[in-house]
Amino acid sequence: MSTTAITTPSRLRVPRWAAPAGIVVLFAAAYLVFRDTGTLPHDKSAPQFLAITDLREWIDDHRNSNPLFLYFLNYIRIFVGSVYTAFQSVLYALGWPGLIGVMGALAWLAGGWRIALPAVAGVGSFGVLGLWQSSVDTLALVAASVLLSLAIGIPLGVWAGLSRGARKAITPVLDVMQIMPTFAYLAPLVLFFHIGAPAGAIATMIYSIPPAIRITALAIEQVSPTAVEASASLGATGRQTLFKVYLPLARSTMALAVNQTIMMALSMVVIANLISAPGLGGDIIRGLSRAQVGIMLPAGIAIVVMAVLLDRMMVALARKDPHSWIGRARFIGAAALAIAGLALTPLLPAEWPDGWTVNFVVQVNDAVHWAETSWYGVTTFVKDVTTSLLLNPLEGLLTSAPWWLIAAAALLLAWRVSGLRPALTALGCLLAIALLGVWEHAMQTLTTVAVAVLVTLAIGLLLGVAAARSSRYSAVQRPILDAAQTMPAFVYLLPALALFETTRFTAIFASVIYAVPPVVRLVEDGIRAVPATVVEAAASAGSTPGQLLWKVQLPMARRAILLAANQGIVMTLAMVVVGGLVGAGALGYDVVVGFSQRTDFGMGFIAGIATVLLGVMLDRITQGADRRPSPQRRKTT
Amino acid sequence: MGVSPDSAAIDVNGLWKIFGPKAERVLKCDDKYLEPTALREKTGCTAAVRDVSFEVRPGEVFVVMGLSGSGKSTLVRCLTRLIEPSAGEIRIDGEDIGRATPARLREIRRHRVSMVFQHFGLLPHRRVIDNVAYGLEIQGAAKAVRHARAGEILSLVGLEGHADAYPDQLSGGMQQRVGLARALAVDPQVMLFDEPFSALDPLIRRDMQAEVIRLHREVGKTMVFITHDLSEALKLGERIAIMRAGSIVQLGTPEELVGAPADDYVADFVRDVPRSHVLTLRWICRPPEPGEPLDGPVLPVGTVIKDAIGATSSSSRPIRVIDGDELAGVVDRVDMLTFLSGQDSAAAVRAGA
Repeated sequence: MSTTAITTPSRLRVPRWAAPAGIVVLFAAAYLVFRDTGTLPHDKSAPQFLAITDLREWIDDHRNSNPLFLYFLNYIRIFVGSVYTAFQSVLYALGWPGLIGVMGALAWLAGGWRIALPAVAGVGSFGVLGLWQSSVDTLALVAASVLLSLAIGIPLGVWAGLSRGARKAITPVLDVMQIMPTFAYLAPLVLFFHIGAPAGAIATMIYSIPPAIRITALAIEQVSPTAVEASASLGATGRQTLFKVYLPLARSTMALAVNQTIMMALSMVVIANLISAPGLGGDIIRGLSRAQVGIMLPAGIAIVVMAVLLDRMMVALARKDPHSWIGRARFIGAAALAIAGLALTPLLPAEWPDGWTVNFVVQVNDAVHWAETSWYGVTTFVKDVTTSLLLNPLEGLLTSAPWWLIAAAALLLAWRVSGLRPALTALGCLLAIALLGVWEHAMQTLTTVAVAVLVTLAIGLLLGVAAARSSRYSAVQRPILDAAQTMPAFVYLLPALALFETTRFTAIFASVIYAVPPVVRLVEDGIRAVPATVVEAAASAGSTPGQLLWKVQLPMARRAILLAANQGIVMTLAMVVVGGLVGAGALGYDVVVGFSQRTDFGMGFIAGIATVLLGVMLDRITQGADRRPSPQRRKTT
Repeated sequence: MGVSPDSAAIDVNGLWKIFGPKAERVLKCDDKYLEPTALREKTGCTAAVRDVSFEVRPGEVFVVMGLSGSGKSTLVRCLTRLIEPSAGEIRIDGEDIGRATPARLREIRRHRVSMVFQHFGLLPHRRVIDNVAYGLEIQGAAKAVRHARAGEILSLVGLEGHADAYPDQLSGGMQQRVGLARALAVDPQVMLFDEPFSALDPLIRRDMQAEVIRLHREVGKTMVFITHDLSEALKLGERIAIMRAGSIVQLGTPEELVGAPADDYVADFVRDVPRSHVLTLRWICRPPEPGEPLDGPVLPVGTVIKDAIGATSSSSRPIRVIDGDELAGVVDRVDMLTFLSGQDSAAAVRAGA
């Protein structure tokens, strides 16, 4: 196996300098000759899978006797679990009127009554939707994981911001954490931390720590060096400079880090339900797996409300005038609200009254059914055209070609776009996927990702260019993009599921609407960043708007567009994997099955690893394109 | 000032600062004497300060002047090791700064040497009074004590009434007054100014220069002042060091720089300076010729030439220029006109006379 891996690239080293067409022809010929040889079909009971399944059985048997678990991992689990329980019992102790009052008061302190009013309504809506208990569980889980994430993330971020060495050490780890599709690390966590709320909180932490670290580091780096120097010149110790200069000056950017951490946590707690974390995720996952939009819609709304609410509060806090203290009026208003809520708690029923809830599962399901039947023509047409023109041929190609040919193609492509080191990494990932025994499913997932990325980039470029050229259009589009980017990922599965039922196309549709907003934004910003003088010069030379776009703006925005492609790919992959829940099949489905069937745990575990490898590979292939050392802005934009 | 060089406030000897990956190695071999571009090509290092030596007398205003990139800002930061020097010796009040432990260095920065920065370096989240009190705060002074002191200093720099404002509510000139006050508040012996006024517009800059002159008169600190502005250097400096590519090319009084530039670089620099505003009668007086009347008006040798024009033109006899009690020479109308016409150097004037 290794001989072919080495000889193939060296044989192709010469034509790298020849016209790319020659290479394509060569590959086409190789494909025709070797078709259906060297494929690696999927085997549900491959020895690798069984080994992992056995490992889990062994760990479950020895969880309470092995010293590693007994003295270390179990303590982490107990600690995280107790933080969660503490939050949960406090939130429940407040009672529902108390919680509404306290949340409203916090919002009032953060941003005045304009934020407090929606906060009261929003928290109340959890009850109206009939989801009070799961909402409170979710809130407690988010609070616990955000608190712990920040407790770890902010010190690390400060350290990374102060020390170049620390930053160099931390950045690659963060990169990997961020391109890891969320599904991937659930299975290993189950191995180490069992299932339930603690494991869910830990999964959420892993997902939400990177932005906390990254933005904190950025905030610290941005602190004016003169202020730091001035402090040092007056003889401040490192500690004094940290607490009197760095942290106060980085405050408002660090509030964004907190905000981002909360948003990430909110979208992860839902997925964490796959490993039995409590909360709203239960309804959503149940709705997804039964393809019933009616079940998941209320929970989806509750999550979005929660996200918007917390986002507004944090943004208001970050924007607060740093010089002004909290006004007395604001303080009194907040206190009154909190006290009113708490005072009502003993008077009103302990549970949210049933009469105050609205149940619309049936109506929603009917409406979805109506949409499915009446738009059947359109949706089926879109689905079938994409499937027969793009999905099937590509999938046929990738699954019938010999694995070494695909590896060679990936190596060459990555080498050409990003250079030798990323190419070797990409090759390594592909070989690992082959060794893990998930080649065929990985190729199927790759197909879905490729098609989704293609569509995403096409739409993203179109909208981005349109927004860059018309400020008025951009003004309309911006708030929509902003809203779209605060929404948790799986919310996008809702409309996709409503329109396309459970098919491969559903995942594609969902990932396209998930990944388009950041792509649009990056493209628009890239084009707008083209210096006005250059545009003016081109216009004064008599360029038509079209020439201006093709010859000046797009080429000069190349870096931004490539970054958009890179980000689009990473986001799409994450979504396609989640799409395994709604019929996308392949790796995502393997992961989900791994959680529901104990005997398939090994397959799910390995499928999770394969998605990471796939993500790293795609990232390496595309990231070198703009030669940026690290994907700084990813997910933090 | 009548102080012997032994008790110099700052004594710098053979100071080097080389930036780059192989700074240590460059310093050990002769590469360090290469021209800046050649050095960068060969080693990838930049020599920002090259073998600089000078001393600053107590109470003196010492100006370091140079264009951007000449290493002057690096030099001033090396003095308190805000930038760690690569080689050389720095003594402040006789104490070897290079050997100071971090704690001792902090003590020196807290009590002996303070600095004013080009971009102010104020803390935007603190009120003006807390900015000024910052140095005292990190020394551990109680709030009442440090606020009282900060209040005094604020009125010294003309900012009474702005104590509760935030830095971003003040104009650039006022912000720099806060920077000045912060440096003064710790009552240092030495103040370092790193291009403090180059971010200000010209009128404000003139006010601030006057302010520094006034403060120097009132508080009598030793000052090291970095600038790229020649007129500022001439206005403030008792002695000026001109830096180019990391080295000092000439060190002297304003008069020496303008009257006798050490090389073409300095000459080029000072060419547009109105010489009659800087040079004194010492530069144009000549020995009296035989038979010349020596009963004209008397002026001291340190008189700036432009101030002597009136006396020279209203007297038909040569002016007697005296240095203390001794006659240093004479100057008559012709000498004055020849000098003012400007083509000739002082030496040529004397030679032609």
